[in-house]
Amino acid sequence: MNIEIAVIQFPGANCDLDTIHVLNDVVNVKTDLVWHNHFKEEKYDGVILPGGFAFGDYLRAGIIAAHSPAIDEARIMLKDGRPVIGICNGFQVLTEAQFLPGALLQNDSLKFVCKWVNLKVENNKTAFTNKMNLGDVLAIPIAHGEGRYFTNNLKELEENNQIVFRYSTEKGELTEGANPNGSLENIAGVCNLEQNCIGLMPHPERASEKILSPISTEHGKLFFNSMIEFIKRRVS
Amino acid sequence: MAPQEFEVEITLMNKPAAKDPVGTTIQKDLLAKKGYDMVFNVRSGQFLRIHLKAADEKEAKNIVEKMCNDLRIFNPVTQNLTILKVSKL
Repeated sequence: MNIEIAVIQFPGANCDLDTIHVLNDVVNVKTDLVWHNHFKEEKYDGVILPGGFAFGDYLRAGIIAAHSPAIDEARIMLKDGRPVIGICNGFQVLTEAQFLPGALLQNDSLKFVCKWVNLKVENNKTAFTNKMNLGDVLAIPIAHGEGRYFTNNLKELEENNQIVFRYSTEKGELTEGANPNGSLENIAGVCNLEQNCIGLMPHPERASEKILSPISTEHGKLFFNSMIEFIKRRVS
Repeated sequence: MAPQEFEVEITLMNKPAAKDPVGTTIQKDLLAKKGYDMVFNVRSGQFLRIHLKAADEKEAKNIVEKMCNDLRIFNPVTQNLTILKVSKL
């Protein structure tokens, strides 16, 4: 089958080219970069909202992009079960568009944090994690100023298995020291009830080639290969 | 009656359950350190001043409220909206 993925380009996106590079050249799936006003869902099997500063993050990170026509198109994909992924700023857009629960607030430290962290896999059934094992610890970088996850419905998220990733130590311990931004319960990524929409603050597209990793890992590929696997299973 | 021009001022504040590191830093790292230790809490937020045309003050307030709710000008998960004042321009 010919899988086609779209990466949406908002004004102010800056991880869009990295994301299409990994999809096209590293995991080898045909991927288009699509300007947000031009995006039409019919042709695509999945969509990624990349990192950056859409519309300058004015008012709140993600809120203006959440009103873009691209989000109405993505909502069609969300409802018919195609994967909708938000990375970093894309995660902020998905929470503001109410595809995903919760919100992302300014980091506890008030600083923009850019570093490699460890992510513990808490749900390996989703459209972005099915190639991982439960409890895997992955090395992935973060780069954000507003990544502190907050929700009023923590219990519900836990009961519904919607917490996909937590910040951890290398050994998978969920400590305060491993939490780079003050996120509630170390939450780094969540999904919707149907598990086809996932948002996370860390950047797998920056961790998909050994040359980019300080410890020669390529854990980021697992995310994109999971997305491809999910699409294959969905249509077969 | 021809529409008149109004000014509506609103604030968007994090809810008490959501930590506000900006307010905490102002209080702990500036005020308390510079002798203003009687200040025990500061909360930061956003302020918007909106000019619009409406029939009267009530309508101006209603439009702003509806706009803020419909377009999520404030995030109801984490923020409260307060209309500080509505006045004729």
